[in-house]
Amino acid sequence: MIANAPFFVVGLLFLGGLTAIFMEKNLVKIAIAISVISSSVNLFLVALGYRVGGTVPIHFLAGEGTRMVLPTPQAMTLTAIVIALATTALLLSLIMLVHRHYGTLDIDEIRRLRG
Amino acid sequence: MNPLSVVVRTVCDLFAWFMIVFGVNVLLHGYVTPGGGFQGGAIIATFIAFLLVAYGGRRVASRVNDRLFDLFEEVGLLVFFILAFLGLPVTFFFNFLAKPLAESAGGFIPGVGTVALMSVAVGLEVTGALSLIILTMHRGIRMFRGEDLEPETGHDR
Amino acid sequence: MVKKTVFVVAAILLGAFVIGAVDGAHPFGDPGAAPMDDYFLANALNDISAENIVTAIVFDYRGFDTIGEAAVLFTALTAVATLLREGRRKP
Repeated sequence: MIANAPFFVVGLLFLGGLTAIFMEKNLVKIAIAISVISSSVNLFLVALGYRVGGTVPIHFLAGEGTRMVLPTPQAMTLTAIVIALATTALLLSLIMLVHRHYGTLDIDEIRRLRG
Repeated sequence: MNPLSVVVRTVCDLFAWFMIVFGVNVLLHGYVTPGGGFQGGAIIATFIAFLLVAYGGRRVASRVNDRLFDLFEEVGLLVFFILAFLGLPVTFFFNFLAKPLAESAGGFIPGVGTVALMSVAVGLEVTGALSLIILTMHRGIRMFRGEDLEPETGHDR
Repeated sequence: MVKKTVFVVAAILLGAFVIGAVDGAHPFGDPGAAPMDDYFLANALNDISAENIVTAIVFDYRGFDTIGEAAVLFTALTAVATLLREGRRKP
């Protein structure tokens, strides 16, 4: 149980982001919460590939014959980070357009204005 | 937008150029040290962000040409796809330039083959895309502060 | 009020699910047998003499993922440029 502490930290981070998405009223704060969730997923992927006593998967830095962590989750995390960045840029652009259209970022206000 | 303090602006002005050097270093040594195309490209794209902090949107927009970053992105994607297709007699993405360790001369192209070249190509693509995203979003802020608000005065010396 | 209650109950349920799933994962630091990763670790240096195995995976073994990622980045750039293009006036 306690040995799985990194996974629990990731789960708590995920739940914190999800709670912020449900509870917050400001669109920018919701975007920040989505970023927190994607960061927690990236952390989870990297933590899944860890092996006890493993070093970086680079022969040049690790030396010969050492035990290495799994490289594939790290490569996939690299892809996921860039995709999260592109998603965040698109999200912020949409939020800018919403603010220009409605003049506010409060989601209750936006729903009321839409009638 | 109020301008940041003169310390922040001077440091951003100075270190924007060093970020290019550092990004190119990360990008070119991606096959041997931590780094590679994405990371190097993202570091190089901070150049535009630093310039925006240092000089303000109007002066950067009058100097920087968007077509340059368009060119970066197109050239990067084209080189990436061409390198991927050149390995097609065996498989897609076959590393036709690489040598095994025994006969490898080490270094950039003789050693790792298309890995380093693709890294440079993806670095160009990411540089162009992120710089264009930053520039476009900043221009969007200026556009949207349009008529009813006062024109932008901040960030300019 | 009802909405708030539903949210709280759903959050508690979801939290229980997440904690349970995390607790049921494999022990930290022992991912078990990973033949694919072991192949990469053992053979990347001999195949293409790439010291950095993560870079070798991203640009060689799994290049298709990188193509998809480049497509996503390009699509995001196109979408941002379309949304924030010049000449759009306040409706």
